[in-house]
Amino acid sequence: MTRTTYPNTRLCVASIVAGVMALASPGAQAAWTLNMTPGISALSRQIYGLHMLMFWWCVGIAIVVFGFMIYSMVRFRKSAGAVADTKLLHSTRVEVIWTVVPVLILISMAVPAARTLVETENSVGSQLTIRVTGYQWKWGYEYVGSGVTVLSTLDHDSDRARELQSGIDPFTVQNYLLSVDHPLVVPAGVKVRLLITGQDVIHSWWMPALAIKKDAIPGFINEAWFEIDADKTGLYRGQCAELCGRDHGFMPIVIDVRSKSDFEQWLREAKQAMAQEGAPAPGQTLPAPNGTAPAPTASNAPADLPAA
Amino acid sequence: MAQTEHAAAHDDHDHEHKPHGFWKRWVTTTNHKDIGTLYLVFSCIMFFVGGAMAMLIRAELFKPGMQFLDPAMFNSLTTMHALVMIFGAVMPAFVGLANWMVPMQLGAPDMALPRMNNFSFWILPFAFTLLLSTFLVRGGAPAGGWTLYPPLVLQTGDALPMAIFAVHLMGASSIMGAINVIVTIMNMRAPGMTLLRMPLFVWSWLITAYLLIAVMPVLAGAVTMLLTDHFFGTSFFNAAGGGDPVMFQHIFWFFGHPEVYIMILPAFGIISEIIPTFSRKPLFGYDAMVYATASIAFLSFIVWAHHMFTVGMPLASELFFMLSTMLIAIPTGVKVFNWSATMWKGSISYEPPMLWAISFLFLFSIGGFSGLMLAIAPADFQYQDTYFVVAHFHYVLVTGAIFAIMGAVYYWLPKWTGNMYNMTLAKWHFWLSNIFVNVLFFPQHFLGLAGMPRRIPDYSTQFADWNMVSSIGGFVFGASQILFVIVIWQCAHGGVSKATSRVWEGSLGLEWQLPSPAPYHSWVEAPSMAVIEAGAASHETHG
Repeated sequence: MTRTTYPNTRLCVASIVAGVMALASPGAQAAWTLNMTPGISALSRQIYGLHMLMFWWCVGIAIVVFGFMIYSMVRFRKSAGAVADTKLLHSTRVEVIWTVVPVLILISMAVPAARTLVETENSVGSQLTIRVTGYQWKWGYEYVGSGVTVLSTLDHDSDRARELQSGIDPFTVQNYLLSVDHPLVVPAGVKVRLLITGQDVIHSWWMPALAIKKDAIPGFINEAWFEIDADKTGLYRGQCAELCGRDHGFMPIVIDVRSKSDFEQWLREAKQAMAQEGAPAPGQTLPAPNGTAPAPTASNAPADLPAA
Repeated sequence: MAQTEHAAAHDDHDHEHKPHGFWKRWVTTTNHKDIGTLYLVFSCIMFFVGGAMAMLIRAELFKPGMQFLDPAMFNSLTTMHALVMIFGAVMPAFVGLANWMVPMQLGAPDMALPRMNNFSFWILPFAFTLLLSTFLVRGGAPAGGWTLYPPLVLQTGDALPMAIFAVHLMGASSIMGAINVIVTIMNMRAPGMTLLRMPLFVWSWLITAYLLIAVMPVLAGAVTMLLTDHFFGTSFFNAAGGGDPVMFQHIFWFFGHPEVYIMILPAFGIISEIIPTFSRKPLFGYDAMVYATASIAFLSFIVWAHHMFTVGMPLASELFFMLSTMLIAIPTGVKVFNWSATMWKGSISYEPPMLWAISFLFLFSIGGFSGLMLAIAPADFQYQDTYFVVAHFHYVLVTGAIFAIMGAVYYWLPKWTGNMYNMTLAKWHFWLSNIFVNVLFFPQHFLGLAGMPRRIPDYSTQFADWNMVSSIGGFVFGASQILFVIVIWQCAHGGVSKATSRVWEGSLGLEWQLPSPAPYHSWVEAPSMAVIEAGAASHETHG
């Protein structure tokens, strides 16, 4: 902390390298990033498209409106001899135009937005359901029907470095504050439904690559869904997005996207590991994990991917 | 009455009948100008208190890693920064401006309810002493965000009842202020000052006052339910007891969204005063401006749930709130177009008030654009609770509301003090603020889009660069505000020259018919019709 003065050349170079690498590797993101990720599903790309559509409309409107203002400011300077036309007080024609034109623009925005919104709410036909639970300050995942549960907390290296005046340079920690001990393993090319809830206070499960942000509310079960492109395997990172207390900034979300067959194999192994370790005491559905194996639960449901 | 006795008791020839002594002049005062000054000074102090918190936040976020703030303290600072800036800086500043200007602009001798006026101000120092003292109690200051969402807010320590009572006090103060504004406008206008002759600042405050009366009790109700949930075993917001934590959010934002417009409508009014003056041309589309303001106020009641698109509402609700929110762009657009058209074929000069007003036009519009993007519910799933939202609401509240307040102070300060201020210093304040406010907030759009959530005390290294830029912008922007105080201080103590009654070449409106400084009791006799017609905006004669 006291040693490191940033920015320095080494880290600037590292940032640039990281930026270039980010174009190739799905997990990392560049420094000096300017825009949202298009994500890894058809729906996330659609939302990205909506975002860009809105952005370019705003840029276009800004050019016209700001252009008009700047022209007026320069053209009608008193110092340039401009004399005010004090009779110019209103004009029904232009007032109608600048009311109707925005209405038309808004309609052109609203139609694709409404279409996308309808799709985000359509989880029909999902082949796998995962229950997501927010805790202060970690995430629990349960593969509904297979009994496999995973408890996901901030990884040890980040956790040590984020202590007040820890003396550990965050730049030396890989994926500082964005890695967990047990990521959520999900299949690519499969429609997955998330059932999201909170245990203590409201959290929010946000995975930018999926364009999903849904609040995890005690007493409520919220629904979200995704279907990741079959070729987009890898690690993707997000964070809790609703202030949930002291360590709100320290409960990241990582998904580990695997091919459908790899995922099924992982789920089988996870179930076996669970069977070996024995069922936990009743009520203790999400014991703290030790080692890399996902923690088991008392459920005896089959581990195979349930067909919808 | 009291003043005449008072003046008689003194042998100096005080024509203005100002009460002497700190106690009578400032504590028991019922004069709208003195109370306006009290509000403005209080607001300025709170601006620096809230600003100091912002500086601490930006210092911790200067680079990744936890340098000197505990995460709980960080959360307290973000929470208190918002509460102090909203309820302590922005709202009292507008009430202060209303106190000073509404009677002068209407040709009225004072506010209609002067004692209540005094009371509504003097509640505030107590409310904020109570609120700020929560930093000293067990469990620290409230740290659940200014939105006070349960169940998290119920984890607050001893600060919870103190914060709730402080909110009650602020609400009572705001309601009294709003009643006073409405009663004044409805009853104290000079003969001939018809509603559609009122200056836009008065119009926007009339509408704002109705918003305040409508929604402050809603906030009071919401926080009272928090109080009973915490201390008396009710379950309004506790799912385990049959309650509904999301209901709090609906109630809160039913207050919260009109509250946003409470902080921007008077700013619209100020801009509608400044731009015509320095364009030397009456406001374009006066009637449309009034109707647009009223439309925005109406829409503000039916868009609240756009603050909570991610809570999992039914599709139909999401569609409704998305579309209703998009509608706000239309009256807001009308206002921006009217201001632009006012400059068209004008004769424009760039004194400090006009600089702030033009800056408002551009930067508030940027906040409007990001607001339009945020209205699109599916895209909002990516933006919600990120730095993109932080950038958005600081563009509308800092470069919107606060820049308009700065413009208003530079506009009316010569009228208040009778002195002209140092234009060079004022322009330095303007340019430093404007450059660095953008260095501060523009990169926050990028941070949000790149995936940085708001309200986090530490962040991943990929967010380091823009955070450092933003912090540097914040420090210089914060430091620049010291110039503001210096300019005002100098102006109040003699300034650079004496101000004329018109002050600005193109100024219209009744306040400019009074001498500078405005006499302690102005419009004791109502202005004549000729004065009103000469002074009041000439839109009607040409309309």
